[in-house]
Amino acid sequence: MKAQDPSTPSKGWRTPAERLPSESLTFGPEAPLRLDCGVDLAPFTLAYRTYGTLNAEKSNAVLVCHALTGDQFCSERHPLTGRPGWWELMVGPGRPLDTNRYFVLCVNVIGGCMGSSGPKEINPATGKPWGLSFPIVTIADMVRAQRLVIDHLGIEKLFCVTGGSMGGMQALQWAASYPERVHAAVPIATAAYHTAQNIAFHEVGRQAIMADPDWDEGNYLESGKVPRRGLSVARMTAHVTYLSEQALHEKFGRRLQDRGALSYGFEADFQVESYLRHQGISFVDRFDANSYLYITRAMDYFDLAAEHGGVLAQAFTGGNVRYCVMSFTSDWLFPTSEAKRIVRALNAAAADVSFVEIESDKGHDAFLLNEVEFHETLNGFLNGCAEPLGLPTRDLVPWDPAQGDPTKDRIS
Amino acid sequence: MTAAESPAARSRLAARPASIRTDLRLIAEMIEPESRVLDIGCGDGALLDYLVHFKQVVGRGLELSQAGVNACVSQGLSVVQGDADQDLSDYPDGAFDYVVLSQTLQATHDPRAVLEQLVRIGRHAIVSFPNFGYWKLRLGLLFKGRMPVTASLPDQWYETQNIHLCTILDFLELARRCGLDIERSLMLDERGDAKPLGSEAIANLTATDAVFLLKRGGTEAAR
Repeated sequence: MKAQDPSTPSKGWRTPAERLPSESLTFGPEAPLRLDCGVDLAPFTLAYRTYGTLNAEKSNAVLVCHALTGDQFCSERHPLTGRPGWWELMVGPGRPLDTNRYFVLCVNVIGGCMGSSGPKEINPATGKPWGLSFPIVTIADMVRAQRLVIDHLGIEKLFCVTGGSMGGMQALQWAASYPERVHAAVPIATAAYHTAQNIAFHEVGRQAIMADPDWDEGNYLESGKVPRRGLSVARMTAHVTYLSEQALHEKFGRRLQDRGALSYGFEADFQVESYLRHQGISFVDRFDANSYLYITRAMDYFDLAAEHGGVLAQAFTGGNVRYCVMSFTSDWLFPTSEAKRIVRALNAAAADVSFVEIESDKGHDAFLLNEVEFHETLNGFLNGCAEPLGLPTRDLVPWDPAQGDPTKDRIS
Repeated sequence: MTAAESPAARSRLAARPASIRTDLRLIAEMIEPESRVLDIGCGDGALLDYLVHFKQVVGRGLELSQAGVNACVSQGLSVVQGDADQDLSDYPDGAFDYVVLSQTLQATHDPRAVLEQLVRIGRHAIVSFPNFGYWKLRLGLLFKGRMPVTASLPDQWYETQNIHLCTILDFLELARRCGLDIERSLMLDERGDAKPLGSEAIANLTATDAVFLLKRGGTEAAR
């Protein structure tokens, strides 16, 4: 293990690890990552960011796990897009994950495309991008990799592990795999497995990417192409699943885009079409198509009960983890019924569990947005966890509109 | 981490009431310190908060209203949204030392099944309920011919959640049928004073509310 000093790729491919301002760790051939698929991955790199200060006891560390298209830049301007961090409303001074009190870290998942090893990075054995020769990764693999970063930083026990959507899956996996290393787990807008409907939407996205001739059987990085159309259709499909019907209706209704009448053609007549096209196109600039395939697959494979004899409660029998499961009323991708399934299993394991459903019309995306009750409740839960540990507690500082709204580009 | 934050924490502690409603205080007195407690129908968490901070219990709550749950979790209490009729079967046997059902039994769909769940998941159950046999209720019904509205039963008949009201004698009969042992009982009068059960018939006439500490009976015969 050594600090990252990426060797110059032979053919001039520039990997994100080289140009993004991330901390990173590279593990050599002597310390391979044993993946669920049976492959020993080595060497490999993990890119991460930290916010706040680790206290002397190393007892105030919070691991934020990012979602499908998120990354480690959760609380700062994104170095590629220039946009605010995806969870600035959650992570920052006075916010629920208060960087004046907590040491927050976020690791780019293994298989990702922001500096951690993944299909976009160079395979050191060949000197070429991994592409589809990168091994299949799982949520448990992502968590194994994160644990190495936690070990490297000398953190015995995380104060909290949290995340929304796929990040929530990782939070659950953390509590199941390493209960002795987690004080509190906060899985948000998530489920203990991917449903047939979830898998179905992902499959549509993957097929869109693979149907794009520029995908080039996964070798587009070598051939200098970008599967723009495929990746952007995948993003458009997925984006619809992140929103509620009501949010779409209120934002767009049937309003027309820059025109007074229907075109009687297939241009983006409707505002909602224009919006989705914009979402799709801008996504292509920041995300790798193969990485999208790998990470959606990891989510599809996730089934926490399956690795415990089909009994979800068995996953939660170890340790003394305090759980706070959170869901949103209008989230139909990871509905409250799935959150309740987790809660029932936790009750059956006699675990210490809180369950909060937040009233919101914003759909799955609500976990990224300015939902005051969500933030206040989570802040209260974390205070309740911090107090017995002797960590400072503090009321939530309301989001100052003068700071701008980091979510204004989103639908709300 | 900075000095500026600790006053906020102190004021949070100071704001915590050292006194709670009489019936909740009586329930709290029945609970051993540092035990494991599940409070079913925990409302805004007043009892749970008191128990956690003054009796150092490991406390959990189950509450029907999401607003109540969110308020509890915001205070740092471990509470889930759920329903006494539906969700108690999830918990394993003997998961708690005490399971508290305060002023909720009469609002459940199947009080007998709920009672049996309480003594299954808890070594002890604490149940409090308004006594429909209280003399003022009886007289009110006799002379006014109207459904009673009192401090213990504040809602009109068309607004109340109470669908299975009972008297103390009714409850004692059900406890016997379920094979439960009554370990302690407290009868509350209108002033909030509490005394032991004594004569069942007199308590049934004079108590506005009753609190029972119960456990599963020693023999299987009654079950």
